[in-house]
Amino acid sequence: MPNMKIARLFVGVATALVFPLAPAAQQAEQAAAKAKPHMESHIGNLTGHSEAGAQLYYRYCWGCHGARGNGDGENAPYVTPQPRNFVAAIFKCRSTPTGTLPLDSDLYDSLNRGFNFTNMPSWITLTAQERADLVAFIKTFSSRWVTEKSGAPIQVPPEPKLTLESIKHGSELFQKLVCWKCHGQEGRGDGPSASTLTDSNEQPIRPYDFTSTDRSKCGKTNRELYRVFMTGMDGTPMPSFADVVKPEDAWDLVHYLRTLQYNNPSPELAMWEGTAEGKSIVAAKKVQNTYTGSGLKP
Amino acid sequence: MQTKHVVLAGLAMFTASGLAVAGPKPAGGTVSGKVTYEGTPAKMKPIDMSKEPSCAKMYTTPQLAETVVTGSGNSLANVVVYVSAGAPDDAAPATAAVLTQKGCRYIPHVLAFQVNQEIKIQNEDQTAHNIHPLPRLNREWNKTQPPGTPPISEKYDKMEIFGVKCNVHPWMHGTFAVLKNSHYAVTGDSGAFSLPNLPPGKYTITAWHESYGDQSQEVTISGSETKSVNFVFKAKQY
Repeated sequence: MPNMKIARLFVGVATALVFPLAPAAQQAEQAAAKAKPHMESHIGNLTGHSEAGAQLYYRYCWGCHGARGNGDGENAPYVTPQPRNFVAAIFKCRSTPTGTLPLDSDLYDSLNRGFNFTNMPSWITLTAQERADLVAFIKTFSSRWVTEKSGAPIQVPPEPKLTLESIKHGSELFQKLVCWKCHGQEGRGDGPSASTLTDSNEQPIRPYDFTSTDRSKCGKTNRELYRVFMTGMDGTPMPSFADVVKPEDAWDLVHYLRTLQYNNPSPELAMWEGTAEGKSIVAAKKVQNTYTGSGLKP
Repeated sequence: MQTKHVVLAGLAMFTASGLAVAGPKPAGGTVSGKVTYEGTPAKMKPIDMSKEPSCAKMYTTPQLAETVVTGSGNSLANVVVYVSAGAPDDAAPATAAVLTQKGCRYIPHVLAFQVNQEIKIQNEDQTAHNIHPLPRLNREWNKTQPPGTPPISEKYDKMEIFGVKCNVHPWMHGTFAVLKNSHYAVTGDSGAFSLPNLPPGKYTITAWHESYGDQSQEVTISGSETKSVNFVFKAKQY
């Protein structure tokens, strides 16, 4: 069958010709990535390597975060909030003080978690090693990772026993620290300043709506909630309270914030609803048959 | 001779804020002049502080935005005038530059200070503010400051001019000018500035305004003369 032979030959030649050319741009980017200094990440026992991370980045990440890591990938115009700019090296979810670089493990956790209410999914489907490699590669985009050290993590003391006093004190702090100016008196993210908020790129940004879910952008646990307001979310209007809130007060605030998440059962909410005052407040907040009310909840 | 130098160094620090120099003429030359605008500046909008009653009640008349502040004779205030080239970098002075939040305003609106100089940020209001400077080259941080808490102490290690804002009170906008040497001034309502104590040499003088951009002029100082340099910005109507 000479025809088949010719056809096969043709396909072979075509493949050889076309395929090396098509991803030429990608190869150039990868070559550029290879020319970058070697970067490592250390997460527990894992050591990530930037060279391996580059391969993954130019497959999974650059569509949004861009070939140069500055958040201008081809999907970026359609994405809000904007993809992270790794060149600026400003990160929302950290365990370190405001203005400092996060730990490798903070970036790793962000990859695992994804970001709620954004286009950033969880990358838990990649292997732990692959995620560690990606963290290492992300660090090649900014010289800050060479010239600066990660901040010293903010210590989170053990959570004290939950009490009604703690919730009530948290509620006072919510007023005193003017959390409500953005997050609203009911925690719906509709405070008087909410509509004016912009991130550091002058893009509009919403304060967290506590009634929407119990997953904040930086995690679900009480420890992670504690960390959000102590570290601040850099690049956003959310400031750090670490200099002005004592650790015991911070836990009181955490306990109160949980009662704002009244669609999501928690020990704090249960205790709050166990009081006549709390019960009436929570009941008054619920708007029946709406997304944030109780009517549609299974 | 030694004593004289020490005294002069002290004087230099004192006058670094750019206020007109009186008294003995310092060694070295002086660049002085005035910043003005031509055209019609946009009318400053009154600020609605009704969402912050604790600040609103401090004023009887509506407060205006400070993006463009002018004086008589077309003078332009809040312009940072500094030596951008020709002068060596100076060590940071020991005194701190102070930014005060009072009546939900930043005082001063433009705070100029040196690289690695301490800045102190204090809150005299009955409400909490957050201080959110927005640098690109320096590190970005964002801290809250409830009433009655101690001043925030910070410093910046790179030359840069950038905005600072309070996210809680969106009308609060200010400027941090981090400069490399002690030869700078921020114009007041008169638009006048004076940069004293410049040793003989060739300098680039830059004037920066938050709405009208920047412009530079070259000047050569020989001896203890006073050279006049004036800047004219084109006003924008929006």
